[in-house]
Amino acid sequence: MTAMARRSIRMAKWMVSGPPLVYLLLFFAIPALIMVLASFRTPGEFGGLAPLMDESGKLDINLDSYARFFTETVYLQVFLKSAWYAALTTLVCLLLAYPLATLIARSPRKYRDVLLLLVILPFWSNFLIRVYAWMIILGPNAALARVVNGALAWFGIEPVPLLFSAFAVLVCLVYVHLPFMVLPLYANLEKHDQALLDAAQDLGASRWQRFWRITFPLSLPGVYAGAALVFIPALGIFAIPDILGGPNDTMIGNLIKQQFLETRDWPFGSVLSIVLTAAALALAGIAAWVGRSGGAARA
Amino acid sequence: MLSRSPWLWTTALAAYAFLYVPLLIVVVYSFNDSRLNAEWVGFTLDWYRKLATDDDMLAAAGNSLLIAVTASLASTVLGTMAGVAMHRYRLALLPVLVLSPIAIPEILMGVSLLIFFVLLNFTLGLVSVALAHIAFCIGFVAIVVRARLAGMDETLTEAARDCGASPGNAFRFVTLPLIMPGVIAGALMAFTLSIDDFVITFFTAGAGTVTLPLLIYSMIKISVTPEVNAVSTLLMLLTLLLIVIAAKLSPTLLRSERES
Amino acid sequence: MALLDIEGVTRRFGDFAAVDNVSLGVEAGEFFTLLGPSGCGKTTLLRMIAGFDLPDGGRIRLNGEDLAGRPPESRPVRTVFQNYALFPHMTVEGNIAFPLQMARVPAGERPARIAAALEDVRLIGFGKRYPHELSGGQKQRVAIARALVTHPTMLLLDEPLAALDAKLREELQIELINLQKEVGIAFVYVTHDQTEALALSHRIAVMNQGRVEQLDEPSKIYGFPRTKFVADFIGQCNLFSGPVTANAGGIVTVDVAGLGPVRVATGSAVAQGSPGTIALRPEKIRIAKEAPADSPGNHYQGAVADLLYMGDVTVYRVETSGGSRIEALLANSQSGRAKFFEVGDAVEMTWPVDAGHFIAQ
Repeated sequence: MTAMARRSIRMAKWMVSGPPLVYLLLFFAIPALIMVLASFRTPGEFGGLAPLMDESGKLDINLDSYARFFTETVYLQVFLKSAWYAALTTLVCLLLAYPLATLIARSPRKYRDVLLLLVILPFWSNFLIRVYAWMIILGPNAALARVVNGALAWFGIEPVPLLFSAFAVLVCLVYVHLPFMVLPLYANLEKHDQALLDAAQDLGASRWQRFWRITFPLSLPGVYAGAALVFIPALGIFAIPDILGGPNDTMIGNLIKQQFLETRDWPFGSVLSIVLTAAALALAGIAAWVGRSGGAARA
Repeated sequence: MLSRSPWLWTTALAAYAFLYVPLLIVVVYSFNDSRLNAEWVGFTLDWYRKLATDDDMLAAAGNSLLIAVTASLASTVLGTMAGVAMHRYRLALLPVLVLSPIAIPEILMGVSLLIFFVLLNFTLGLVSVALAHIAFCIGFVAIVVRARLAGMDETLTEAARDCGASPGNAFRFVTLPLIMPGVIAGALMAFTLSIDDFVITFFTAGAGTVTLPLLIYSMIKISVTPEVNAVSTLLMLLTLLLIVIAAKLSPTLLRSERES
Repeated sequence: MALLDIEGVTRRFGDFAAVDNVSLGVEAGEFFTLLGPSGCGKTTLLRMIAGFDLPDGGRIRLNGEDLAGRPPESRPVRTVFQNYALFPHMTVEGNIAFPLQMARVPAGERPARIAAALEDVRLIGFGKRYPHELSGGQKQRVAIARALVTHPTMLLLDEPLAALDAKLREELQIELINLQKEVGIAFVYVTHDQTEALALSHRIAVMNQGRVEQLDEPSKIYGFPRTKFVADFIGQCNLFSGPVTANAGGIVTVDVAGLGPVRVATGSAVAQGSPGTIALRPEKIRIAKEAPADSPGNHYQGAVADLLYMGDVTVYRVETSGGSRIEALLANSQSGRAKFFEVGDAVEMTWPVDAGHFIAQ
């Protein structure tokens, strides 16, 4: 290749990829980096960050905030609780999404687009509206609460508040993340070769066996993808426990919000964020690795 | 082959009901002649009328629209470039940067941008929100555009050059028209994401700026009236319209299949 | 001076030389074919002429002008792609108009030229259709029309008929020959199908592993293959290899294992003891139950081991007493019978010394 041709191709490459690259470096990568650096700093007097260098010229770098996270166990507990909620959400989403995805994958082709669209549409409605809807449903004066508490009263049990509880948080978490489990599952199930199941039936496998020994293992890449798409965002959510949760339902997202907007201890908030990011990246990495290596979903 | 398993049908239908009933309740109660979202009293359009005269609401809606239009235009241009670049060139950095904002929890982008803007002494307001929205919308547009490009026949660009088109003309007359449905779908998606965004806006808006989701949030926390239902219903209708159009233009929004 | 001058062109991918020091010339107005198996470098070479790839060494000149540094859009050559590459979002007219548009031909002139192009490929009236509404053959014609509408200096065709079924391919082959004569410009045609190459071309360059093994007219390639590869690749061929035992009076004798001495008339000055191969086409062998009255140059006996009835001809594979296999071909039209011999029949095979062709390999 002539040098001139090589140069003009390189120029075209940078002209096309340059602007988005620069933009994202500036408004995504650099802020992330700054946040990492901030985790090593001391909180300022009025919130935010202390000045980089104090009068004696000493650089403000320390591990105080990290130490605090690892020694004051309450933060680890919140983190574990968030992971627990995220895990429960993922499981319930999987149980609900699997039949739904299977149904869509088995429907006649012309209906599939519509069925999928119907699954996705709620996702495109405003997030807060979806949370608010559950506020209404689980409200103390609403039908559901009255029915449940009426039934409980019949057994002589104290009325149970549905709202501002772990139950409310979980229901809403599942509600908001369900589409993310359906889509990857569907994408995987759709590619399954019906001939495999027919062959298995031919060989005498029962319906359950066909599912458990053939369909489910082949769908695992979709399951992992969906699990990652549900677990990771759920881990970092804050609005749902903020609106629907009780005092015991604080998740790590709430803590981060608190640190940044109320307590204004930015270094500590950054530490919490970095721990969350590390967890998210680790999980995403595992999901990608599993998806690539164990991903022989095609016959 | 339609499945005849009854439990499959019931669970699936239950899941659909689960998805839609809450939203329907919000819509239904927006017409409820009662301050409490507890039981049905009577039909009224009062809450919608209140919306029309609620200055705070209108201002917030205006802000949201302004930010959404700006963010979707900018992120569509940048996202299309990113999609083309990811498809044609094997840069390792670009996909990482473009796709990470989508993979990580939103709160992380929100707080890191908060620190970033404050450290730069950049006033938090409409502009900071718009800049933040563009950053996370680029990824969505890029994915849609790249999927569209992957489904396109590569030799067409060569054929265009062979017919005398410069690389720019080849893109303008052949590639762009063929990926245009994807570009538009990406733009509509970006618009919707921006209008609906809560978390990132929450951290980057600062004290004085209110967008629709932020207003809804404060109303939910402080004093809830069915006005919230009314504005939610309108927002849902708008989103519904935009996404249905986008889905018609680019079926790859729903799945990763190649288009015929 | 040739219209297209390819001088010492090389293209490497890592250690692998896809095109290895190739030199050839294409004359104006000729139908020139690059023929070879997949991976021989013919498509790579074509792409370098078109400008989609640049050589690592050597030069490509068109009308004396070096094409290096000229991007595809500024070269006066047009390509017809194997998968047609018609723009799906434009009508047939739109597709054909596109090169005119890129060449800034005034809008007023375009309709006439488009109509003329459609007439050339016999697709009048198809202007408003979209590519997805056309059959494979029709799409290929539109692709050709689009390539010819700006009167390029040369047309490059990359296995354009490979995706079509046999009957359609034959039809379009004849049309291509006539079109090329009408339009009068040079065609550089790439194919792996040797019957197609023999039928269409004025000259063929047989390529193998990045090199040109032979460049000649079709009849010479068929009758006088220069290397064992060419002999074997083109049509069916018996190859009798062994050391040269004698070279006297214009006749070379090669000692072939399992067969014995085989004689061929040749002007070659090959030395005794060097390797030699005699290429003999199956149809040149006389095969009969009895030996002929006069004694031809070569005479062997054997038994029919296999026969393949192919409708118009039958191929007989005969095994000699030494274990050698010779392939002979008989046309079935000469008698009403489909087969002259059965498996196991003893037969006499003869051919004159000038029936074969000597290759010094």
